[in-house]
Amino acid sequence: MSKYSAFSLVRHALNPDQPWPRAWRSPEPKPSYDVVIVGGGGHGLATAHYLAKNHGIRNVAILERAYIGSGNVGRNTTIIRSNYQMGGNTAFFEHSLKLWEGLSHELNFNCMVSQRGQVVVAISPVQMDVFARKGNTMRLNGIDAELLDRGEVMKLLPYLDYSKEARWPVYGAIHQPRAGTARHDAVAWGYARSADSQGIDIIENCEVTGFAIENGKVTGVETSRGRINAGKVGIAVAGHTSHVAKMAGLRLPVESHILQAFVTEPLKPIVHHVVSWGAELFYLSQSDKGGLVFGGHIDGFNTYTQRGQFAKIQGVAECAVSLMPFVSRVRLLRHWGGIQDMTPDGSPFICKTPVRNLYLNGGWCYQGFKATPASGWTFAHTIAHDDEHDLVRDFSLDRFEKGGELDEYGTGNWTWKQ
Amino acid sequence: MRLPCPHCGLRDYSEFRYGGDASKPRPKHGTGDLKTWHDYYFLFDNPKGPHQEYWQHVLGCRRWFTLSRNTATNEVGEAK
Repeated sequence: MSKYSAFSLVRHALNPDQPWPRAWRSPEPKPSYDVVIVGGGGHGLATAHYLAKNHGIRNVAILERAYIGSGNVGRNTTIIRSNYQMGGNTAFFEHSLKLWEGLSHELNFNCMVSQRGQVVVAISPVQMDVFARKGNTMRLNGIDAELLDRGEVMKLLPYLDYSKEARWPVYGAIHQPRAGTARHDAVAWGYARSADSQGIDIIENCEVTGFAIENGKVTGVETSRGRINAGKVGIAVAGHTSHVAKMAGLRLPVESHILQAFVTEPLKPIVHHVVSWGAELFYLSQSDKGGLVFGGHIDGFNTYTQRGQFAKIQGVAECAVSLMPFVSRVRLLRHWGGIQDMTPDGSPFICKTPVRNLYLNGGWCYQGFKATPASGWTFAHTIAHDDEHDLVRDFSLDRFEKGGELDEYGTGNWTWKQ
Repeated sequence: MRLPCPHCGLRDYSEFRYGGDASKPRPKHGTGDLKTWHDYYFLFDNPKGPHQEYWQHVLGCRRWFTLSRNTATNEVGEAK
């Protein structure tokens, strides 16, 4: 693999007839691997990268049903942050944010990580108390957080509705300066290129159709391109986790729901942070191209279609306009839906399964993208050592049996109870 | 998506509230161990295809009903 640098950029600019080499190979699957990862999304690619880098395991294949970047890694709102409160979450997501901070250098690929800060706007004095408690918890865990009063929010976000007629008055906000955004496609491409350069086979257009299980132990996978033997198999197919795990005889605490995201026409720079809201689940940032990228809640019923319902478009647009009145004059350019695993407590799984040598990574709910680096890091450890990484002890499959729900936000699949 | 309420007829999905998988039999009160209740409450078949589910016409007649819907296509079938 040729290293990307300012020098290589100049060299290719001066020699336009020499095209850039492919970022990763397109190998034929070998009959057998030490580790097979099902799913070539952000988490699967990150897992492969860290298997090679941290654990020296390079005889690895990633099996992707479609092409790299076709799933949720390219269908999110690109937000990264670590403002969590519960024990099982704080350290994990902070580890993820620290990995984000060095990711472009680590992968030799510009992931365009932009730590522009996230501001969550409070709409009542009670919410300010809640945010103060949250900020204190974060700071006790060594995570940056600051509480802003109304005047400070007016300086940072002058375009919010501060009028007397505002439906939801602005009382203040909680701010995480190290939060921000990253270029989602670049994350997939960067991890893919890095994994490939360390000898890992990325096999696209290869759908897993079954698992070979002998005496309670997985020994390989059946695919649309034939049988592939494997010492260990990791599943990282969030959105379709139930569908794939069912082939291994597993029934999971997961429902597949659709979450929509939206982009407006490009504007000159106006929103310099990730802005979220206390009145309703709503988050917005401005992309480098100038479009406002935003999203809200899931549509509210399980589905595998990547088509959203109109009522949700309307609801999320109402949030945008209530918070930032100028958005009412901006046209929506496009919107899309991604299928995500929703779990009863809103938290993920990175764990062993009842089938030996079969490992599960899924259940990401709203938080898969920001978790990508730490998810790969800890899942690689879990596979390499056949033992959960310390950071993901609470992300186990049996936590509901043991009363270990990790209900940080209470945004699980039971939308009718929220 | 529009859903056929057995009382009000075909209405927009935004008038309804989803109530979850209707194919799981609820264990009788006072029976079953913790695992039985865990499996009933927390585990889902979550099929990609035909699905039986509860809906409530919450902004209409407020009636609960069961609906057949294909989760791979959102094709809506019979409501009872």
